[in-house]
Amino acid sequence: MNGRDHPDDDDLLARLKAYEGRPATLLGTGKDPVNRPMIRHWCEALGDTNPAYTGPDAIAPPTMLQAWTMAGLSGHDRSGATTRTPAYDELLGLLDEAGCTSVVATDCEQEYLRPVRPGDEITFDTVIESVSARKTTKLGTGYFVTTRTRVHAAGELAGTHRFRILKYAPARPKKAPAEPRPRPVVNRDNAGFWEGVQRHELLIQRCADCRTPRFPWLPGCGACGGLDWDTVRAAGDGTVHSYVVMHHPPFPAFDPPYAVGLIELAEGVRIVSNVVGVPYDKVRIGMPVRLEFRRYDDELVLPVFRGGLS
Amino acid sequence: MNVGDELPPLEVEITRTLIVAGAIASRDYQDVHHDAELARQKGSPDIFMNILTTNGLVGRYITDHFGPAAVLRKVAIRLGAPNYPGDTMVLTGRVEAIDGPTAVVRVSGDNGIGRHVTGTVTVTLPAGGTS
Repeated sequence: MNGRDHPDDDDLLARLKAYEGRPATLLGTGKDPVNRPMIRHWCEALGDTNPAYTGPDAIAPPTMLQAWTMAGLSGHDRSGATTRTPAYDELLGLLDEAGCTSVVATDCEQEYLRPVRPGDEITFDTVIESVSARKTTKLGTGYFVTTRTRVHAAGELAGTHRFRILKYAPARPKKAPAEPRPRPVVNRDNAGFWEGVQRHELLIQRCADCRTPRFPWLPGCGACGGLDWDTVRAAGDGTVHSYVVMHHPPFPAFDPPYAVGLIELAEGVRIVSNVVGVPYDKVRIGMPVRLEFRRYDDELVLPVFRGGLS
Repeated sequence: MNVGDELPPLEVEITRTLIVAGAIASRDYQDVHHDAELARQKGSPDIFMNILTTNGLVGRYITDHFGPAAVLRKVAIRLGAPNYPGDTMVLTGRVEAIDGPTAVVRVSGDNGIGRHVTGTVTVTLPAGGTS
């Protein structure tokens, strides 16, 4: 996480360095005095059963030092004196403008000088200790900003707290090589179907004896057992007979969530394929769909069904 | 106790609940510690543990071992690989220095993707505690 110095010239750095030594918080006040409920919540969350943190002589866990200074959900109060300084906001704003909009804490050093006890009022002040040169890390390129806070409890210095954050522009995720969509299994029984798809024809088998249409392709008729057949080219009209929405697990080449429909064709057979053209959560049973062919790569064409027809 | 002594390891299951409870108990409402969708938008595969929780766990590891009379003087940590839900972090420690009643323990916390935390804890033990 330490990163390496960025070799480029860095005009911004001089502006950032000007904030070193300036206060980040002046006359900060903890939102609540040190109190037992917050101590209990902390101990419960962390599984800390140390008896020193309970009972009439309880102290607060020393590692809570920073928690007492946190602004919390309601944020920093910019109207009163208990605020972080414009200087710190300016520093962070400069980094935001430079594209370093993400932040991650990297280091924390606390020294504990006096136990903190329930009832203690917390006051603190923070100084911007240093701003690093531009560094490139695994997360991205940015600047380490180190602040140092002195925390007082009931007016006495209870501890110091050095905190280092990385304000950074996230590295672009390395693009994984696109996984091809799985290939259909083509055999002697269904080769004619896939040859039709290549020509943008959806071919349905039809029994030469009893004229029953069948899909998917099979060697014999499910109705009469006849082995002779011919084909009918689907006109392309269908409705959603049923569907599922795939959320998980993700497969390579698929981007969940997506809808998979069981489509009833006008010719009376059903086929499984994607429903496209409508959001996955707008697909409904009975929705009219229209056959189209979609090319996925140099080799692969598949029949899909477009919904949302007006 | 001697320099070089190893502390027994502490396994910490990194549950979603621990990450969220730790963030809230430390009053850290950064979305990356409780909102998976927003964490993903910021380039993280999931929510991850905040540094204050890690700091607290390191402190707990030391006081669990040395007992309630042990007094933490300093905890200094550096984070590496994030603690994501579903992982397990194993904290280990080794006594690096002893000065009278005060010991410095070097702590590491490893998870499934690497080293989450390294640091040192300075702790003062009750009379006789270091013998």
